[in-house]
Amino acid sequence: MALKSIKRVKGRGVQVPGDAIDTDRIIPARFMKCVTFDGLGDYLFHDVRKNDDGSDREHPLNEPRFRQASVLLSGSNFGCGSSREHAPQALYRYGFRGIIAESFAEIFFGNCTTLGIPCLGLPKAAIQALACAIDRDPDLEITLDVELAEVRYLDQVSPATIRDSARTALVSGRWDPIGDLLEGLDQVHAVASKLPYMAT
Amino acid sequence: MGKTLFEKVWDTHEVRRLSNGQTQLLVDTHLIHEVTSPQAFGMLRDLGLKLAYPHRTFATVDHIVPTDQQTEPFADPLADAMIKELQRNCAEFGITYFDLASGHQGIVHVVGPEQGITQPGTTIACGDSHTSTHGAFGAVAFGIGTTQIRDVLATQTMALSRLKVRRINVEGKLPPGVYAKDVILHIIRLLGVNGGTGYAYEYGGEVFDRFTMEERMTVCNMSIEGGARAGYVNPDETTFEFLKGRPYSPKEHEWDEAVARWRSYASDPDCEYDDVVSIRGQDIPPTVTWGINPGQAISIDDRVPTVEGSPEEEKALVDEALSYMKLEPGSPIKGTPIDVAFVGSCTNGRLSDFVETARYIKGRHVAAGVKAIAVPGSQGVAVICHEMGIDAVFREAGFDWREAGCSMCLAMNPDKLIGDQLCASSSNRNFKGRQGSPTGRTILMSPVMVAAAAINGGISDAREVFGVHILAEA
Repeated sequence: MALKSIKRVKGRGVQVPGDAIDTDRIIPARFMKCVTFDGLGDYLFHDVRKNDDGSDREHPLNEPRFRQASVLLSGSNFGCGSSREHAPQALYRYGFRGIIAESFAEIFFGNCTTLGIPCLGLPKAAIQALACAIDRDPDLEITLDVELAEVRYLDQVSPATIRDSARTALVSGRWDPIGDLLEGLDQVHAVASKLPYMAT
Repeated sequence: MGKTLFEKVWDTHEVRRLSNGQTQLLVDTHLIHEVTSPQAFGMLRDLGLKLAYPHRTFATVDHIVPTDQQTEPFADPLADAMIKELQRNCAEFGITYFDLASGHQGIVHVVGPEQGITQPGTTIACGDSHTSTHGAFGAVAFGIGTTQIRDVLATQTMALSRLKVRRINVEGKLPPGVYAKDVILHIIRLLGVNGGTGYAYEYGGEVFDRFTMEERMTVCNMSIEGGARAGYVNPDETTFEFLKGRPYSPKEHEWDEAVARWRSYASDPDCEYDDVVSIRGQDIPPTVTWGINPGQAISIDDRVPTVEGSPEEEKALVDEALSYMKLEPGSPIKGTPIDVAFVGSCTNGRLSDFVETARYIKGRHVAAGVKAIAVPGSQGVAVICHEMGIDAVFREAGFDWREAGCSMCLAMNPDKLIGDQLCASSSNRNFKGRQGSPTGRTILMSPVMVAAAAINGGISDAREVFGVHILAEA
């Protein structure tokens, strides 16, 4: 069940600066009162973007010049905390197709990969340089090259990090593992049969 | 060479290697709740898939349930729709559901152990990052996303990369008035909120050998706050004793076989760890957070950090935290006035948490102006607390005694902070806005420290409020 191969993602960028931006910040828990993921994009970073009366606060995502951004830049340990897939779902539905950060929390990274959102790691200095370039020209095209593990813009080529398993899954179009897992069902039953509590 | 528990469990549950190098791992036990599962069932229906092992998934409702009035329909129509959806999914797919009427409902990480569903040497998954709690039994337990819930429902497996193992020894004894919560806050403070990336934490040493199962659960629960995907303690007599006679525990002749199997999973004496950290129990103080992540913690005797005094790479985050928390840099954390006190959550909402706290609040009263709530982790905990008269002690001390649920840990139900209220909380996360108000502030600590803060009206050292000699007799 191969899906679209994700070798590279191109788009404009926006930086949401800060370290340890947790999934509660990305999507506050009260917006998870839903039985589908539809509409979650509207609440992305809600509590740091909106005042109590619903008016906009100062936030990069509220700036019209970044409205077209599809690549998100942030700091270290991005996506820490709750395992809620609502966080990557909200990012995706808002329009993000790739994330660049110094490092990612593990569950979040896995959730993003499964949705086909590449998460590339760059050193702090390289992220700052890219953020400055975006600030000068918000229309700047950024390429997240998953296959080559690098980020490119203008004449810059920055080597990036991505876990091998995620890179392989994205590039080969097998980032949603359900097809592979279903193929192994006979072996699943064989392994389960050795464990007494797995019997019906 | 011997193997660690993690390696043994992984090897017995590895189905095969996938094309991207990950492992297809068998999940013995799958726990679900109302918030992260409905979309997974939606995906299952879209793909026309059925459950591979319906009897190995167990459901309960915890995140959205009101704790003041639990008759359905709930006042909140969105919450009501979610609980109905869970009910429908469980009925349609044949899943055991501990609902509000069952008498067994509660926070999923309290219910699993209570029912004896959580067992040593097993793999456990749940769409909740605090699933690491179950590691206290020598299980390897993972918090997963919704798409992975779909994977587990459909195949009883998930795709996962193998973890390294870090052994964390806590040797010696804890000083009086220092609890399991202090141990894990101290570990996270030491190793950092992302220090555990790529690791499972194996907790051991004399302090863990002596810990009860509930204390072990408190520590394992917060592994994820240290960045570790899983955390566990090797199974021993304490584990087996806890499990004996529970509804889902093996019975009669199966019991002895199970104990022998469980015992065999414990890490071998000659196993090799990827990393080892040793901490002296006596060096662990009552610990409280001051910032906006669980690693931003200090001893109760410490002062709130300053930006200038912080390491270069932490300055920005310290500054952000200080301004959010509205704390005076360099001032003692002790004495910081609180508005709300919360005892509960999957970290500290178990029987022993309420029993221990009740010992000290008996005959005392919550300070004027402080709203204090106590929320049992499960209906089972609530019933025993009632039988023991614990609920009455809390009520007489001025606490609101509530029904079971996640409540103010993440405020998906009506229990929320208002404005920039400051809450002394026995929960697990002090993230910005975590307790329901975008400007609400959280200070994490042990339940007894929450009680001390509630009674004093401000952050306090429980050893001073309640008397260290009394705590020492515990």
